[in-house]
Amino acid sequence: MTGEADHTMAAERPSGGLFKGRAVDCDVHVSVPSVKALLPYLDSYWRQQFLTRGIDRISWNMTSDPPNAPIMIRPDRRPAHGRPGSDFSILKDRHLDVFGPGAAIANCIYGGVALHSEDMAAVVCTAVNDWIAAEWLDRDPRLRASIVVPLNNPDLAAEEIERRAGDPRFVQVLMLAMGEQPLGKRAHWPIYAAANRHGLPIGVHAGSLYHHPALAGGYGSYFLEDYVAQAFGFENCVLSLVSEGVFAKFPELTFVFMESGVTWLPAALWRFDKTWRGVRAEIPWVKTPPSQIVRDHIRLTLQPFDAPDGAGRLERFCEQMKSDEMVLFSTDFPHWHFDGEEALPIGADTALARKILWDNPLATYPRLKALSPEVAA
Amino acid sequence: MSMDLLEPREQRKAGGALQGLGVVDCDIHPQFATPGEIHDFLPERWRDYVRTYGGFYRQPLADTLAHPRMAPDVARGDAWPPNGAPPGGDLAFMQRQHLDANNVDHGMLMPLNRGPGNQRNLEYGAALATAVNDWQIACWVERDPRLHASIVCTQEHAPFAVAEIERCGDDPRYSQIMLPPKSLEPLGRRKYWPIYEAAQAYDLPIALHVGGVNGYSPTGGGWPSYYIEEQHTNVQGMQGLITSMVIEGVFEQFPKLKVVLVEGGVAWAPALKWRLDKHWKRLKSEAPHLKRLPSEYIRDHFWFTTQPLDEPPEDSDLLETFELVGLDRIMFSTDYPHWDFDEPSFVAAKLRIGPEKLRAIMSGNARELYGLS
Amino acid sequence: MSKSRFVVARTSDVAPGTSRRVSAGGRDIALFNVGGDFFALGDRCPHESGSLCAGKIVGFAEADEPGKYRIVRDGEFVRCPWHGWEFDIRTGKSWCDPEKSRVRAYQTGVASGSDLEEGPYVAETFKVSIEENYVVVEI
Repeated sequence: MTGEADHTMAAERPSGGLFKGRAVDCDVHVSVPSVKALLPYLDSYWRQQFLTRGIDRISWNMTSDPPNAPIMIRPDRRPAHGRPGSDFSILKDRHLDVFGPGAAIANCIYGGVALHSEDMAAVVCTAVNDWIAAEWLDRDPRLRASIVVPLNNPDLAAEEIERRAGDPRFVQVLMLAMGEQPLGKRAHWPIYAAANRHGLPIGVHAGSLYHHPALAGGYGSYFLEDYVAQAFGFENCVLSLVSEGVFAKFPELTFVFMESGVTWLPAALWRFDKTWRGVRAEIPWVKTPPSQIVRDHIRLTLQPFDAPDGAGRLERFCEQMKSDEMVLFSTDFPHWHFDGEEALPIGADTALARKILWDNPLATYPRLKALSPEVAA
Repeated sequence: MSMDLLEPREQRKAGGALQGLGVVDCDIHPQFATPGEIHDFLPERWRDYVRTYGGFYRQPLADTLAHPRMAPDVARGDAWPPNGAPPGGDLAFMQRQHLDANNVDHGMLMPLNRGPGNQRNLEYGAALATAVNDWQIACWVERDPRLHASIVCTQEHAPFAVAEIERCGDDPRYSQIMLPPKSLEPLGRRKYWPIYEAAQAYDLPIALHVGGVNGYSPTGGGWPSYYIEEQHTNVQGMQGLITSMVIEGVFEQFPKLKVVLVEGGVAWAPALKWRLDKHWKRLKSEAPHLKRLPSEYIRDHFWFTTQPLDEPPEDSDLLETFELVGLDRIMFSTDYPHWDFDEPSFVAAKLRIGPEKLRAIMSGNARELYGLS
Repeated sequence: MSKSRFVVARTSDVAPGTSRRVSAGGRDIALFNVGGDFFALGDRCPHESGSLCAGKIVGFAEADEPGKYRIVRDGEFVRCPWHGWEFDIRTGKSWCDPEKSRVRAYQTGVASGSDLEEGPYVAETFKVSIEENYVVVEI
């Protein structure tokens, strides 16, 4: 943490709220109310395509993110009209003003990233990012956002990162845990090179393009199964990112796993370290135990935290990971993982809470340190 | 913090707690002495078929997986019998190297050979299952009564599978039913329920040993590059099986069904229980057929085998995960003759628990589950 | 306690690039011939006690970056036949130990096998000498 960042964040925050500005909410969701809302951000070709094909009238909700499932919308965050997560006043009045974070990172999980037309997906992502800047970032100085990129075309994704990198309110690149290829594969590296150039972490959010069943053994009957399987997908991401040598290639890069469940990680690394010990010659660029690489390069947002309440598992997680620097505070607004203001499973006045709420996010996101109120305006 | 590496002296001491205790090994892989050995157990039609067309799986390489392993035949380097048979293909050598040397009272056979359940030609799969079952009895169980057969079957066509279970189910030389975890649909789906009905009727546990081929990538996010990743997906396979069987309501329908997870490890299970419980509470309107917490079904219906033993930096973390799963639900296994074999004395030393609990894991839990002497 | 000396083999018994299990003072010893130099390790892996004599003798795989593979010090390492742990035949030291520090600075340099951190996993080593055509192990 730097004094400069402290000053910067304090200067722009409104007073009050639970955390009085000394917290960063690293995962809040904003949602595009309809495809129609993106029309102002499309050029004439694409606007005409959308209108003549009726695309403006269809929903691009994601199968991995059904907006009305109870887990996805806390009852007191549900708007009277429209899609959950699309109402600015609910985010501001019932969430930001209540919790009082100094900054909140908005993640737009949007089906446009899944389109098989790589050009249409890229255009939609550009439109979504323009829409986020105009409809959200311009309206509240606490808001930051992740750059939405077309996941099926890493070169176009890198172009979008370059287009957006000049706006310091975009603080990371947004990917999904499950796409066509594991995230470590070299096909994705143009995205990581672009992010690395601009000091942007890669935020990996729960979600799937459904190129493969989320439950890797095939398709089950219930959304609950797929939701639970998101954690499995993240575990595979760990294996892929480390084994492929992403951090050997990009030693400054950080990945932030969002909505991962968190508590699966220590046991995953016990096994990964053990296996690496015996078969490391297959991936000789991995020169230290995988657990150490993960400790240095991967962060996880807090909610949902998969453990019984009051079981001390957050502290045990830090003990087992031998690090209190890996967990970043998040509420996952407007999703429903906790009631009232019980976003932290430990006391807010503890040293660990201070790390999670403030120090760790600032250490993770270079742009949260550098941003000044003037630039934000 | 470094790993507590056991001194040989300490290992011997732990081995002392096992003194005189015959262990039960819940995962032993028998292999055909020669590739053609199984053909003697196939009807003429299928002998011709397999010679002409070979196996026919949902994978690009006809005879092997597209993630090459790190050791020949996935085997311990010292498990090649001197008579030229492949690892696991010579009973006398297995007796000398493993069953006698490690004081194995009972060994549960896990025949992975040719994957009858993953054959695309279902009739061939059924004939192969019958052949593999007869082969286990003739070449293994009859020659060493410490060994116990598993009924393999073709889960993709339940009538064939049930017929095979009915053919073998009353024969006490078979101790369980074995399905490949990589089935065409998650194993909780209703197309597999007749198999569970038969298993419950014969009071036979279902053993799910990692592996199989179903055509899907082993991760929800695509095909990984390296063996080290693919090997780890065995864990996600097991996590998915538990998720599927519990959420789809298998244990509401079959309250006496018992499931043994073989070679998936253990340490991941507590976090999965927490995740299932937490999110089921929020989403239970989608799965109202569940009457209890997911973790309660897991506690009652699943058994876990130890190998490959999870090796956290602190031995106490291993014990904590075992306790969170339930010490009465954990059973020793070696995976002989495969490369990631676990030695009984190593497992005993890592667990660092009292002799009574240790005996339960190394022997007693399996004896009780399988009704062994 | 004074050390005892055991003649364990003729030099011609162990060809270069091979190993042989011998017994000395009641211990099992893995004797290696690396290009004419003899080395003796306790014949049990410190992990689960696999016999190192049954392990493959290999080089050390290195890479400066993903996809750039090479072998260094070929023939100077033994892989345990069970779990594949690698030991330097010259020292008995393993090369894959967990780092001790909690959070480290990023490693950006190029490491060769000799730069990698050595740790506490060590196979037992014994002093070996050649007397005329016999290999002698000190225990």
